[in-house]
Amino acid sequence: MARSRRRRLPRGGNDFQWCFSQVKGAVDEDVAEADIISTVEFNYSGDLLATGDKGGRVVIFQREQENKSRPHSRGEYNVYSTFQSHEPEFDYLKSLEIEEKINKIRWLPQQNAAHFLLSTNDKTIKLWKISERDKRAEGYNLKDEDGRLRDPFRITALRVPILKPMDLMVEASPRRIFANAHTYHINSISVNSDHETYLSADDLRINLWHLEITDRSFNIVDIKPANMEELTEVITAAEFHPHQCNVFVYSSSKGTIRLCDMRSSALCDRHSKFFEEPEDPSSRSFFSEIISSISDVKFSHSGRYMMTRDYLSVKVWDLNMENRPVETHQVHEYLRSKLCSLYENDCIFDKFECCWNGSDSAIMTGSYNNFFRMFDRNTRRDVTLEASRENSKPRASLKPRKVCTGGKRKKDEISVDSLDFNKKILHTAWHPMENIIAVAATNNLYIFQDKIN
Amino acid sequence: MLSKGLKRKREEEEKEALEVDAWWLDPGLPAVTQAPPTLASSSLFDLSVLKLHHSLRQSEPDLRHLVLVVNTLRRIQASMAPAVTLPPVPSPPIVPNVADNLLASSDATLSASMASLLEDLSHIEGLSQAPQPLADEGPPGRPVGGTSPNLGALDLLGPATGCLLDDGLEGLFEDIDTSMYDSELWVPASEGLKPAPEDGPGKEGAPELDEAELDYLMDMLVGTQALERPPGPGR
Repeated sequence: MARSRRRRLPRGGNDFQWCFSQVKGAVDEDVAEADIISTVEFNYSGDLLATGDKGGRVVIFQREQENKSRPHSRGEYNVYSTFQSHEPEFDYLKSLEIEEKINKIRWLPQQNAAHFLLSTNDKTIKLWKISERDKRAEGYNLKDEDGRLRDPFRITALRVPILKPMDLMVEASPRRIFANAHTYHINSISVNSDHETYLSADDLRINLWHLEITDRSFNIVDIKPANMEELTEVITAAEFHPHQCNVFVYSSSKGTIRLCDMRSSALCDRHSKFFEEPEDPSSRSFFSEIISSISDVKFSHSGRYMMTRDYLSVKVWDLNMENRPVETHQVHEYLRSKLCSLYENDCIFDKFECCWNGSDSAIMTGSYNNFFRMFDRNTRRDVTLEASRENSKPRASLKPRKVCTGGKRKKDEISVDSLDFNKKILHTAWHPMENIIAVAATNNLYIFQDKIN
Repeated sequence: MLSKGLKRKREEEEKEALEVDAWWLDPGLPAVTQAPPTLASSSLFDLSVLKLHHSLRQSEPDLRHLVLVVNTLRRIQASMAPAVTLPPVPSPPIVPNVADNLLASSDATLSASMASLLEDLSHIEGLSQAPQPLADEGPPGRPVGGTSPNLGALDLLGPATGCLLDDGLEGLFEDIDTSMYDSELWVPASEGLKPAPEDGPGKEGAPELDEAELDYLMDMLVGTQALERPPGPGR
């Protein structure tokens, strides 16, 4: 059936009809710590979706080709490869255990048949090659079919080995290990648009690497004070500009973002631009700094904007305007009056991520109670949705959710006091071109698609 | 902390909230029953101090968490300092004494204790130093460490003072078998030895350092120890 020509109008979070597509992970109520998903990332084409977990494993899902004979499979994601990326380590020098939890995964753009990704834990970054093998060679001269070496005296004739098809095997192999460059915990990695270098950021330093070179990295940002007593601020996230290979940004625990140009000096301790919104004196509290701490920073695909996530809101910044964001979207403002309890139970330190859709017209971020929020930048509308097994009938539409902040609770609303703060959606990802989203809810990965898709 | 993936029932949450309210207020104080329902600065202060201690006790503290808690603690202290004179609302006499003691002790020693707590952080990072009894040097005054860039991990050595532990530096090393440091120390690069950006020869895959390098590094360790001695009287 010929695809009818459809004008791709920019549509927002509310104009979508999000439907449940798939859920991956155990149904068990008792969640193993190791199975908790710690990062989610689509590759550049969107055909591959990678997740990392606290147990150091990476699971890659691949989108099935749409199949006329199986119309209902509609581009489903199925497991493509699973491998153990990082193992728990022991640092003998400091008597410290290094967690195997995967903090971030970033894909490299595809250059040949194989796929490459970077995965990192607190200390070590690894470059993994994922390749397919669907042929094997038969008829070797020096060894027989089970691999045993043949007695050379028995070889009387030479033959050319032939390639025979075999069941598809997907192999993951570590190609580079970038270690020993971070004293503090790595929170971000970002591949440069030159496709040759990448940065890694920990609490106090940012290093620049070449993908081919593992024994050397350049330190480009260092905010460690000479005297640790003077430490008042840490780096929380960093990212390269999508098009300008000399530009990157990093955010801080004080709610500021610095944009640096690597052409200006080797050590980018002095920023080119400094983004900070002045504090609103009317909402000042003891927790002002904590809730202003930025947990994620993401450039728009266009490279004109960047988005930051702090505890209660998502802000969109125009790179040409440093003194305030151009948009502020409230994620869960009803939590502002609960900051004390959230400080007590440490939820106030939760680090939520955020993401753009392919056309930069919508943004998405997670919240508590397995809720996640979407904001349409054009229509200014927003919606709250829930990732739950209760709404997991195939192609079932997701119903918008609403949190009741006080007074009479309407039917279908949930009151703030009933929210489950154990169910947090910290990691979400949006397909780079289509309206498909992946939402990590503790140990489950939900995939939702736009009905109209 | 929070149970994993379990939906807490509402009653449990309320019970927990009540438990929270009770733990840091001395149950012996009659003032408890008359304490205002909103969280007083002093309760928040205590909570923050507890969080700080808890964070520092981790083998590798979460730096972001630590910094945010310390900054919050400073904010609270700043707001409490001018309020040493108590509000006009009449309260039982025992409350002012407790509050006074709290504030007095905090005013007098807060900077020192927070400074030393932060020093502990750098001290924790620099646990690689060989155990050596150091005279108690009082408040931390960290001299500039002239370490080689190759010892990035070790450049956080600070004077081992003001520890949370009463028995000082040696206490930290009691359960560590230092014979481990004699031979296995410089084995694989992946043991997190050097975070240095500028390595000379490629270290990847080189399992051993030669003797000259080993001597050099040991000298640096001992040399750094010498540097950390308290500055002379002229300073």
